[in-house]
Amino acid sequence: MFKIVEKREMAGNTVCHFKIEAPLIAAKAQPGQFVVLRPNETGERIPLTMAGIDPEGGTIDIIFQVVGKTTALLRTFQVGDAILDIIGPLGRPTHLEKLGTVICVGGGTGIAVLYPITKGLKDIGNHVISIIGARTKDLLIMEDYMKNASDELLITTDDGSYGRHGFVTDALKDLLDAKKDVKLVVGIGPVPMMKFVCKTTQPYGVKTLVSLNAIMVDATGMCGACRVTVGGKTQFCCVDGPEFDGHQVDFDELTKRQAAYLKEERRSYDLFQKEQGQ
Amino acid sequence: MAEKEKKVKKEKIPRQPMPEQNPKERSKNFKEVPNGYTPELAQKEASRCLQCKKPTCIEGCPVGVKIPEFIKLIAEGDFIGAAKKLKEDNSLPAVCGRVCPQESQCESVCVLGKKDEPVAIGRLERFAADYERAQGEVSLPDIPPPTGKKVAVVGSGPAGLTLAGDLVKYGHQVTVFEALHKPGGVLVYGIPEFRLPKAIVEAEVDYLQRLGVEIKYNYVIGKILSVDEFFEMGYDAVFLGVGAGLPVFMNIPGENLCGIYSANEYLTRSNLMKAYLFPQYDTPIAHGKNVAVIGGGNVAMDSARTALRLGADNVHIVYRRSKTELPARAEEVHHAEEEGVQFRFLTAPLRYIGNDEGWVVGMECIQMELGEPDDSGRRRPLPIEGSNFTMDVDLVVIAIGTGANPIITGTIPNLELNKWGYIVADPETGKTSREGVYAGGDIVTGSATVILAMGAGRNSSQAIHQYLTSKG
Repeated sequence: MFKIVEKREMAGNTVCHFKIEAPLIAAKAQPGQFVVLRPNETGERIPLTMAGIDPEGGTIDIIFQVVGKTTALLRTFQVGDAILDIIGPLGRPTHLEKLGTVICVGGGTGIAVLYPITKGLKDIGNHVISIIGARTKDLLIMEDYMKNASDELLITTDDGSYGRHGFVTDALKDLLDAKKDVKLVVGIGPVPMMKFVCKTTQPYGVKTLVSLNAIMVDATGMCGACRVTVGGKTQFCCVDGPEFDGHQVDFDELTKRQAAYLKEERRSYDLFQKEQGQ
Repeated sequence: MAEKEKKVKKEKIPRQPMPEQNPKERSKNFKEVPNGYTPELAQKEASRCLQCKKPTCIEGCPVGVKIPEFIKLIAEGDFIGAAKKLKEDNSLPAVCGRVCPQESQCESVCVLGKKDEPVAIGRLERFAADYERAQGEVSLPDIPPPTGKKVAVVGSGPAGLTLAGDLVKYGHQVTVFEALHKPGGVLVYGIPEFRLPKAIVEAEVDYLQRLGVEIKYNYVIGKILSVDEFFEMGYDAVFLGVGAGLPVFMNIPGENLCGIYSANEYLTRSNLMKAYLFPQYDTPIAHGKNVAVIGGGNVAMDSARTALRLGADNVHIVYRRSKTELPARAEEVHHAEEEGVQFRFLTAPLRYIGNDEGWVVGMECIQMELGEPDDSGRRRPLPIEGSNFTMDVDLVVIAIGTGANPIITGTIPNLELNKWGYIVADPETGKTSREGVYAGGDIVTGSATVILAMGAGRNSSQAIHQYLTSKG
C-alpha cells in the first residue's frame, strides 16, 4: 500500500497531482523513469511517468489528467488514502549530458513528465530554453516549476488566452530559425504534439527525444503490449524506452495502438460515472 | 500362487476417469474443466497400485514424491494422511496434480502401464490435496528453531515457491520478492482459471506463508533493489527463479497491428488482470470472432481455449508442423478439440493484413511440408512454394515460446549468461558464477514445465541449505 501524502488539483480540476510515500522507489528513481500503479483490487495497471522524486522525503510525485475510469477513480482518492500497488522505477532514465543549448517542449500533462528532465538538464549546466503550451490558459500546468528549471521559458496557448497565440511547434520553429547551436530538443506531450515537434525539428537535423506513453500491462518486458516501431524495428516502450529518438518513431502506428481499447475505455468510464451518480 | 492371483485381480480394475464438465457447456465458462475424484473413485483408483517394492514412479518425479506411500493411504481411506505424505516432498500438490505432465513422468514408468493403463497418480495427488483443503485442516509440519540465516528468493513462481517452502522447513528465514501484485508467477498470469483455479494457488501460497515464508509484492528486482544490495542487507544467499518472461514475436510484416497479442499479454490480461470479467474488472481484452493462435504448445492451447470462452466463433491453432509434433500435452490437445478448437497443421503465417484503424483483419499463410529432422530431432517444416492463402482473422495470439527477460540478469555484475541470455547454473545445484547466488527454472533451462521448475527449486534448496550450513 502506498499512501497519498499530498493532493492538489489543477487546470480546472482536470489534472491531479499526488505526492505518494514510496521510499524504495524514490531512492532509486531517475528523471525520465515511470511507475505502474493499480489503484484497487479490480483496477487496471497504468503507467505514469514521475513528475518529482524526493529520495530524502521518500516520496514520488505523479500528475495525471482525468481521461477515463482509472484516472477518474484515482481522483476520488484523498490524502491518507492508499494506492494498492505501485511498481518502479521502470524504464531507462533520461541520458543527461552537458551539450550546450537544449530546448524542452511540453504540452498538456506532458509538462509534468518534462519537468524533472528539464531540471536535470539545467542542473548539469545546459542552457535550457523551455516551451510549454496548452489549449487555453486555465489548462496550463507547472509554469512556476518550469520557470525555475529553465533559463528561458516561452508559453503558448492554442486560443491565445495566455502567452503566444499558437502551438508550441510555432515557437519551436522560430527558435530553431534564430538559434543555430541547439544540440537537443526534448518533446513530451500528447502523441500528435510529439509527432509535430519531430516534424518541426527534422529539417534542422536536431536530435529530438520523445517520451512515449504506450499501453502497458506488466511493464517489465513480459507482455509486449507496449511495442512501438522505432527505426523500423519493434521496441518495447517499457524496457527499451520510454524515451526514443523521435525522428525514428512510427507515430501513426502508436496512435492506432493507443486507440485499441477506446470502446472498452468509454464503457468503463460511463459505468463509473453512473456509479458515482454523475 | 494365491498372492499372484490377487495381483492379477487387482489389475482388472480399469483406470478411473475423472468426471468433467461437458465440452459444450464448459467452452462458455471459466470454471475448472475436471471436477476431480470423489472419495469412492479415489479409493478405487488407489487400489490399483501394486505397491512395488522398488517403485519406479518415484524416480519419474522431479521432486521425488513418495508415490506408493501416499496412494496406500488413500486406498486405506486416510485422505488427510495422504495429503501430509505428499507435502513431505511437494509444497504445491494441488497445483501439480493439475498441471504436471504425469504421462511423461511418474505415470510413464508405472509398472501397471506396461500391460494396462498406469495408476492415475496425478488425479490421486489432486484428490488428496483438494480433500485436505476442503476439510480446512491443513496441518503444518514442525519447523526447527531459526538458524539465523536469511535467503532472498526472486520470483514467486513454481521454482521460487518450492525452494522457499523447503528452506523455511530447515529453519532459514526466507523472503520472496515478486514483481507482480499476486503470488504464483506463471501459475497466476499464465495458466487459465479453467485449468488451475486461482483459489488453489492462493491456498497453496497461504500454506507456505503459514510455514513462515514472507512474500513481498511489487518488487521489480534489478530496478528497486539489486542482488548486491540483498547481500548488503544481510541476506546470506539469493535464488533467482524469475522465469523466461520475454515474449517471442516472428518479426513478420503487420505484427504490431491491434488485435495481435503475445500469449503472455493475452493470458496475463485474462488471468492475472481478470479481463474476462470486464467491466467488473477494469482491464479490457479484445474479443475476436475469428481467432488464430500461432504455435502448438500448452500455452497455445490455453490461449485458444480462452478465446473460445470469450465468445469466439472460430478458433484455429495454426502450427507449422503436424499433429505428431505438437508439443502440448495430449490431454490439453484433447480438451481443446472437444471444445471445438480447430487445428491447421503444416501452416505458417507470413504477414498480417490490417484495416484503416490499424486492426488485424487477415493473415497470409503458407503451407509447409516436413523435411529432414533438425537439431531438436523433429522434422523441419519447409514452405511449399506457391501454396499461399489468406485467412480472415480479427484476433491473433502468438504462442511460439518465450525467451530470457534481461531486466534482472542484466543488472547482476559477473553473472554468467549463455548466448541466449539464460543464466548458466549447475543443473544439480543451481549454483551460478556468483558466490551465494543460485538460479533455477525457466531462466536457466528456457521455457519448460511447472514441475521441472519445482524440481530445480528443490535441488537448489538442498544446495543452499548445505551452503548456509557450511558457512557456519
